[in-house]
Amino acid sequence: MLDLLADASNPWLSWKYVQNNWEELVAAGQEHIYLTVSSVVLAILVSIPLAILVRRVPVLTGPILGLSGILYTIPSLALISLLWPIFGLSPWTVIIALAVYALLVVLRNIVVGLQQVPGDVLDAANGMGLTDRQILARVSLPLALPTILAGIRIATVSTVGMVTIGALVGYGGFGTLILSGFQNNFWHAQILTATLCCVLLAVVFELLLLIVERVAAPWTRKQAA
Amino acid sequence: MSLFEWFTDPANWTGENGIPVRTWEQIQISLWAMAIALVVALPVALTLGHLRKGMFLATNIGNVGRAVPTLGVLTILASIPEIGIGNLAAILALALFAIPPVLTNTYTGLAGVDDEVRDAARGMGMGGLSILSRVEVPLAVPLIAAGIRTATVQVVATASLAALVGSGGLGRYVVDGFALQDNTLILAGAILTAALAIIAELFLSGVQRWVTPKGLREQTRAEMELQEIPAG
Repeated sequence: MLDLLADASNPWLSWKYVQNNWEELVAAGQEHIYLTVSSVVLAILVSIPLAILVRRVPVLTGPILGLSGILYTIPSLALISLLWPIFGLSPWTVIIALAVYALLVVLRNIVVGLQQVPGDVLDAANGMGLTDRQILARVSLPLALPTILAGIRIATVSTVGMVTIGALVGYGGFGTLILSGFQNNFWHAQILTATLCCVLLAVVFELLLLIVERVAAPWTRKQAA
Repeated sequence: MSLFEWFTDPANWTGENGIPVRTWEQIQISLWAMAIALVVALPVALTLGHLRKGMFLATNIGNVGRAVPTLGVLTILASIPEIGIGNLAAILALALFAIPPVLTNTYTGLAGVDDEVRDAARGMGMGGLSILSRVEVPLAVPLIAAGIRTATVQVVATASLAALVGSGGLGRYVVDGFALQDNTLILAGAILTAALAIIAELFLSGVQRWVTPKGLREQTRAEMELQEIPAG
């Protein structure tokens, strides 16, 4: 491995590569962040009405989670390819495909989080005279918040990795650099740098969202550790 | 050519680039990757879980797996001259991504066995190895099976990406379709890879239910469902 790292003609790590291609890396990073955030935000927006529907009509829980579970097993390569005739070479092909995957994680965590609220607590809230809507807003949602936020965090970090597949249709953030590095005669420096940037971005999102979780639900701090 | 014509064209069902051969390639790549992953992950997870050590490693390795892009690992392995493009790079990359779910679930399953049950087994005169094989593993089977199922479905689905680094499998149709600007080929490949992944999921959930002792079926479902990792 050390040999490989030191290969002079085609090094894996090269500061010169980073300097010479700085603008390209920054542009790829911006696209990567844009695609990730758009997908997750879209997933959250769609999951809220679905979660409300599941809460009103609990019979639908099984079918909705089951269907999204099946969507989840569809390879991202296939989903992007299926959407491509509809949306063509546009970022939406990637955003909608990735939102489908993020949707399952977010929706499932909202549903499970709300289901996990203890019955005693709901009884107590009911006995105190809270209406159904008040119970949801003041009791259930705050108690489910850690699970919901954890779902958003997991979905976001997974999305960062999957954005790279968008390279297939030309919108893959760092993935586009990875693939073009590979096609460009195994350009090691570009492949490894773009992969590491992608990991770094995932770590940054993970930490940022962990901080959000701690700030929004400070009472979980002890449990989480 | 329409999709229907493509699927009913006998030429697409025979030869090197036919559907049966490509499907079998994808299954072979997946089986090899899973074999490697199980050989690496199971002994480590069984040992750590039995000794109740390495909790941090076992529970955090999944997070690491999520953060690393499959495409990056595939291309890195394929551009190492000793490995080269083709099926080997795909098998190794997929094996790497199959290790975390197997490791985490097996560890969690073993660590979740009640201390009193282990004490009772020890009180009956059982040694470490027989406690592991006759008490801990049977009780942990639901979670172990869930981990293997999750990993396998993920591997079968992700194996389609391997075509991007020159290996076989059903992803070939998609990648070749994009290269040739052939929409029918792209869609046919997408449908085939999706179908294979869904069939694998349905088949393996059946197997999982079958190997899980009746008494343990309901209890573990909720725990497992939160642990899944998306397919590449």
